[in-house]
Amino acid sequence: MSANEIKHGGVNLGGAEELAYARAGNALFGFWVFLMSDAVLFALLFATYGVMLPATVGGPTPASEYKILPALLETLALLTSSFTFGMASVAMKYGASRRQLFGWMGVTLVLGVAFLGMEMHDFATMFGDGAYPTRSGYLSSFFALAPLHGLHVFFGSIWIIVMMVQVMTFGLDPRVKINILRLGLFWHFLDIVWIGIFSAVYLQGLIR
Amino acid sequence: MSGPHDGKRDEIRSYAFGYVLALALTGAAFATVHWPHFVSTTTLAIVLGLAFVQMVVHFRFFLHISLGRSARDDLQLILFSTLIIILMVSETLVVLFNLRARMM
Repeated sequence: MSANEIKHGGVNLGGAEELAYARAGNALFGFWVFLMSDAVLFALLFATYGVMLPATVGGPTPASEYKILPALLETLALLTSSFTFGMASVAMKYGASRRQLFGWMGVTLVLGVAFLGMEMHDFATMFGDGAYPTRSGYLSSFFALAPLHGLHVFFGSIWIIVMMVQVMTFGLDPRVKINILRLGLFWHFLDIVWIGIFSAVYLQGLIR
Repeated sequence: MSGPHDGKRDEIRSYAFGYVLALALTGAAFATVHWPHFVSTTTLAIVLGLAFVQMVVHFRFFLHISLGRSARDDLQLILFSTLIIILMVSETLVVLFNLRARMM
């Protein structure tokens, strides 16, 4: 096996950090299993949403509740945060200064929090319009799907803070590096789920 | 013989390429909906097609899942999960649509 071979998803530490690289394969594969089970959960919520879409019971409809600009801004925030986390992983792998690593992680955190703020504002507007989960089957399924993704982003943001504290407390030892790789998989995975949400939920609802 | 800094530049370039590609696909999907040129079913098919391509781009450039031999475990797990998802989603749809038809 060559030193730079790709052993797992996300950034591979091969060629730069041998001890962490040697342990990363199994440690990350376990996390993949969790992510894929999470993907099954989201897929079933998407299916439920698709079935419930016409069940508006004369109440708010997707076309009346969704707005294209906030959805686009949320998408750009999350997509950019995925890129900046990638930059954080690369900075970690090649032993960039701690300030640079914290810089990229901080930008990712700010973008994640901005995404959550915009999403919260959307939900508050919907509640103001009388679009709350118990109003119709459509709204129940919407509020099961979109806020669950938001909850993942929320815990991902807390995880970023936890990793910054771990780096400050323990330094960049192999264990901390593997944790950051796991966080990277989680963060990129959330962005993939969001592709499904902005396409199948927001854009589908806005098609005229 | 490439030093570690060539590797770093390559990885940054790969992330940047994936980012630009994802931005273009996102922009195309939003533009298709914002300036509709087609009937609604065609627009939906285009949006879902673009979403699928963008997911592949994210897997390839952000999660580094490729068809290479060494990433096979992850790829196989993804394909297996996809199989599970197809089975569970299609059966959920059968049950729920059947339920709805009976309630009409």
